[in-house]
Amino acid sequence: MKLAVRDLAFGYPGKRVGQGVTLELGEGEVVCLLGPNGGGKTTLFKTMLGLIPAQGGEIRYGDAPLARLAHAEVARIAGYVPQAQTGYFPFTVFDVVLMGRAAHLGPFAAPGKRDREIAREALATIGIERLADAVYTRISGGERQMTLIARALAQQPHILVMDEPTASLDFGNQVRVLERIQSLARAGLAIVLSTHDPDQAFLVADRVAMLHEGRLVRLGPPAETITPESLKLVYGVDIAVVEIAAGAVTRRVCVPSLSPRRRSTPPGPTH
Amino acid sequence: MSRRPLLAAVVAVVLLIAAVILAFAIGRFPISPGELATLVWAKLTGSAHGLPPTAETVLFQIRGPRVVAALLVGAALAAAGAAYQNLFRNPLVSPDILGVSAGAALGAALGIFLSLDLWWIQGLAFAWGLGAVAAVYLIGQAVRGHDPILVLILAGVVIGALLGSVLALLKYLADPYNQLPAITFWLLGSLAATNLGDIATTFVPVLIGLVPLWLLRWRMNLMALGDEEAKSLGVDVVRVRLAVIGAATLMTAAVVSISGIVGWIGLLVPHFARLLAGPNFTRLLPTAVLLGAAFLLLVDTLARTMARIEVPLGVLTAFIGTPFFIWLLATARRSWQ
Repeated sequence: MKLAVRDLAFGYPGKRVGQGVTLELGEGEVVCLLGPNGGGKTTLFKTMLGLIPAQGGEIRYGDAPLARLAHAEVARIAGYVPQAQTGYFPFTVFDVVLMGRAAHLGPFAAPGKRDREIAREALATIGIERLADAVYTRISGGERQMTLIARALAQQPHILVMDEPTASLDFGNQVRVLERIQSLARAGLAIVLSTHDPDQAFLVADRVAMLHEGRLVRLGPPAETITPESLKLVYGVDIAVVEIAAGAVTRRVCVPSLSPRRRSTPPGPTH
Repeated sequence: MSRRPLLAAVVAVVLLIAAVILAFAIGRFPISPGELATLVWAKLTGSAHGLPPTAETVLFQIRGPRVVAALLVGAALAAAGAAYQNLFRNPLVSPDILGVSAGAALGAALGIFLSLDLWWIQGLAFAWGLGAVAAVYLIGQAVRGHDPILVLILAGVVIGALLGSVLALLKYLADPYNQLPAITFWLLGSLAATNLGDIATTFVPVLIGLVPLWLLRWRMNLMALGDEEAKSLGVDVVRVRLAVIGAATLMTAAVVSISGIVGWIGLLVPHFARLLAGPNFTRLLPTAVLLGAAFLLLVDTLARTMARIEVPLGVLTAFIGTPFFIWLLATARRSWQ
């Protein structure tokens, strides 16, 4: 299932956040969305999912325009991993993951044995079976993020839209999530994720989209899009992109150009 | 905390049975559990029971209807409260806080004022209850930039105050010999005057309200995630919300029209039910129904027997509910997370 966004304007009535966004996402592809804080990444995602109405342009899932799809139909195609919030009632992790089955069930139905199995598989895929009985509001931010990814997998979607999936994670969990993203893409899922870390785009993305003042200013393979010039444009700071040898492969990493820190000298006697 | 479904069910059922036995066993004419069983058995089989005929009259004409009414009112208010709390993602809302009770009270008082019969009183209570919750909800939507929970509660207070002043006007205009005492008595909340006919008229709307809540029981969990997340998971948020508000308001209005204003049940009971059964609505709803029935019956038994004259039910629940609410306000953030 292909997601196609054409000349999309997004935002809220009276407050346009961005426009002219054209983007395609194909099977097994990982697209990484980079942009500054408050740059409209979340608003763009919500618009792509039909959670807030588009202010112009077109979004198509396969052959169907988004406007003609019911929420349940969209939810069977695209799973959303929002930034983890805590304002829930104290559901168990398993209950939260099971909620991913809603789009596959009628309005009056409760999940059955098969749905429970799918939820359990989703927990296993993410590697958090041990958390099944834990209370969602009492686990760490990283564990919550993992739970929401598992919930999106329980939707059995073709496309995964992830809003800063690594934002609240420690380094180990960040790498674990990136590994998951890779293996899910290999299994055929199309994934679009936003991140604050351009290095992650080098690690997992097939293509990078850079959002600046509501427009996609760069779109293409990471090596071509993530450059000192584009990083300066989007983030307003000087960042060098260097190649390093990591074992047999060479990788690109971003290095902020801070002046080297001087050792502080003890204060001398004052006169 | 939420992994003990069996325990929750057992506790709720035992409490309910205990409350029923207690309600019959104390009062001006006590009926022991043994006598209760004998009388019910005799009624069912048509055989003789060998107990004084007064016992039968008390059971089937006086105490019985009142017990059934208490169970019905408690169950309906608790179920409505649990539904509102999930829907508004907020453990501090209840039919009282959202202005439903105040609206229903005004509607019912209007019915009494116009000397209408019970069906009309229920209809007016429902219409005004629904209008009140709609107004509160719209204010909550319109006023942005504050804590939404706070706005919802304050909107409920404001709408409640407005409806209260209209009610005061109605009392001022009412006939002081017939209507005013009826309205006043009814506003205090009481089950003393319930008869079998009232119960029959109330049972149907309560059932009609309970059915959609039960059918939507699992989907209600998703409503507690908030609109956007629920939509992203495929829930038709608008339709579910309309159905649930309609159902919960219907139940509230139906019971308010026989019991008068009995506050706090819809706030207190769902909270205890959540402590007992966890937040999953599939278990929360039945637990709240059973606990609500048991709790209101216990309070009504107390209202009937604690003093020489009967204490109005609404007054008693307020005395229990107010300190509870303050405690909840102080600790809520912790206890619901």
